[in-house]
Amino acid sequence: MTDSRAATLGAIRAALGRGPLPDQETAALEARLANPAAGVVPGRGRVDAEARIALFIAEAERVSATTARVAGPEAVPAVVARFLREHNLPSTVKLAPDPQVRSIPWSQQSALTVTEGHGEKDDVVGVTGAFCGVAETGTLVLLSGPESPSTLDFLPDTHIALVPAARIFGTYEEAWERVRAERGADGLPRAVHWITGPSRTADIEQTLLLGAHGPRRLHVVIVDARAP
Amino acid sequence: MDSTAHTFKSNALEALGDTRLQDALGRLGHGFPVKRKAAVERMPEFEALRDAARDIKDHVLGHLDFYLERFEARVHERGGHVHWCADAAAARETIVGICRAAGARTVTKAKSMIGEEIAINEHLAAAGIEPVETDLGEYIIQLRREPPSHLIAPAIHLAKGDVAEAFRNEHKQFPGDRPLDEPRNLLDEARSVLRERFLAADVGLTGANMLIAETGSIVLVTNEGNADLTHTLPRVHVVVASIEKVVPTLEDATAVLRVLARSATGQEMSVYNTFVTGPRRPDDPDGPDEFHVVLLDNGRSAMLGSEFHDMLRCIRCGACLNHCPVYRSVGGHAYGWVYSGPMGKVLVPNLIGIENAGDLPNASTLCGRCEEVCPMRIPLPRMLRDWRERQFDRGLGPAPARYALKAWAFLARRPALYRRVTALQAAMLGALGRRRGAFRHMPLAGGWTAARDLPAPQGRTFQQMWSDRGGPRS
Ligand code: SF4
Repeated sequence: MTDSRAATLGAIRAALGRGPLPDQETAALEARLANPAAGVVPGRGRVDAEARIALFIAEAERVSATTARVAGPEAVPAVVARFLREHNLPSTVKLAPDPQVRSIPWSQQSALTVTEGHGEKDDVVGVTGAFCGVAETGTLVLLSGPESPSTLDFLPDTHIALVPAARIFGTYEEAWERVRAERGADGLPRAVHWITGPSRTADIEQTLLLGAHGPRRLHVVIVDARAP
Repeated sequence: MDSTAHTFKSNALEALGDTRLQDALGRLGHGFPVKRKAAVERMPEFEALRDAARDIKDHVLGHLDFYLERFEARVHERGGHVHWCADAAAARETIVGICRAAGARTVTKAKSMIGEEIAINEHLAAAGIEPVETDLGEYIIQLRREPPSHLIAPAIHLAKGDVAEAFRNEHKQFPGDRPLDEPRNLLDEARSVLRERFLAADVGLTGANMLIAETGSIVLVTNEGNADLTHTLPRVHVVVASIEKVVPTLEDATAVLRVLARSATGQEMSVYNTFVTGPRRPDDPDGPDEFHVVLLDNGRSAMLGSEFHDMLRCIRCGACLNHCPVYRSVGGHAYGWVYSGPMGKVLVPNLIGIENAGDLPNASTLCGRCEEVCPMRIPLPRMLRDWRERQFDRGLGPAPARYALKAWAFLARRPALYRRVTALQAAMLGALGRRRGAFRHMPLAGGWTAARDLPAPQGRTFQQMWSDRGGPRS
């Protein structure tokens, strides 16, 4: 392996007509990596907070996600129960062991049977907490980890994601900034998922169908802060 | 896969006569290009985003050694492994070796063009390990034992009836008379069959749309979610990627993602964009125990600094295929190897040798649509002309074309002779064609006159008429 490593790097340098980079140039490249700069950022997402939330909802619904906006965590169980009823779905939900999800008073809704854990074969509805939302395309950002198992985002037929209204950012760049600020520069989890709408395919005669391998439905619940 | 690129002409003729294929290609014309146009119109900054994406890749290619070393170091820090492979054989051996060490019986796969390039499925099967494609289109063509016909829509050449037939033949566990008339029935059946395969797989094999030097992450882009089940459920995740896929930072990857889906399917963003960094962490409830990246050169380093350097910016979006009049007439299989359309015509001779690529560089009208829509602004027509020149220099083109070009070059270097020969030719053809004003048949030009008439000249050359009018005025 070491041989093919040296051979590949050697071939690259020979093709570029140089040897290993001089230290000065390496330092400049290291600096570029250490201070990641945003490039061209579309104006669409650079709007004020209320416009961001409206844009997020419009973009998510454009790609067949459904959304609900609630005044505070205590309103979430009723909204979830109603969504499940309206779609004729079972009322058993698997919750992510996430502080955001745990802060919801689930027991207030006797219609719901809740369990907690990672996603498994027979789970039908999963509820997870998003790290943030990105308005420019109605995208959710989810970070894998003990509190947010990737399996719960992908295995259940129905994915319900909670996102605080205050954490709907305009652009992807702001999302990266927050990941670095809150998790540290080396803080990427095993998987960062950007999710934009429910799973889909157009592989058969270009006919668009939802629910290819991931969830058939994505319901985003935007949670405003509890009134003080 | 063995290449049939050298028989492009007969492949293409066959494709033109295939009515089911022509129906499928007709659907393509109303799909992707229309959606791309709408997405571009919604994004006022699109041209600036293209420039930015191009500049990022140009910067990387000039410092490819540095970024690959940084990427490798970051993968190691996260507990992953990097395997450098010079060619397809080395990559296959490495992947089969990892699967064997894991005691793997089945490997789920998320669509990977590099996987096709190195024909990994055949080699896994030969080693007694079952590869299972999980992208719906790729799964369908795996059942039909045929190669993909499009970069992002591998089964675009098929009708739903073809898919139903493949499922009836292969999914013997279901009643033979079940309804499979609608795409929905087909998808639901594939979803249930593949769900079991995802849960049972020992190794997940994916490609990567990008590699990120800053973090050691790999980027996976899908709409189905199959790549995420592929890297999350099995014990081992193997990534196979070619060396030019690296970008510096998360922001740079983001810039490329902003043009990728819009150019490919006309979506604002694909449904799932996942940044995977290393194996599962100590507290993680899911994810693989092992994370391997197989870094493949296979001809890329030789393209650096050559006239085909810019081709290494390609992000495999498929826009050049969707907008190519030749691709839309003959489909992907006629090109005879893994990559098709304008990008394939430029890339394939680099990977399998111009002497094996036959007519590929000539299978183009040089209309320029591909370059117009390419998000990475790759000068595809210019590079096709470069291949044509190389073919001519090395005596590889079709013999009649070579002789004709040589004869013309001989005359063009001798102006007096040129004038006499063309005057004689024009006078003769003018006299012969006076009655109809055109020829139905012309010796040595049968290919041209088979489909159209050749207008007869008026009896005098342009230069003769020019000098009659007094020639150049000073
Ligand atoms: S050459 Fe350009 S248009 Fe074609 S697949 Fe590559 S990036 Fe897309």
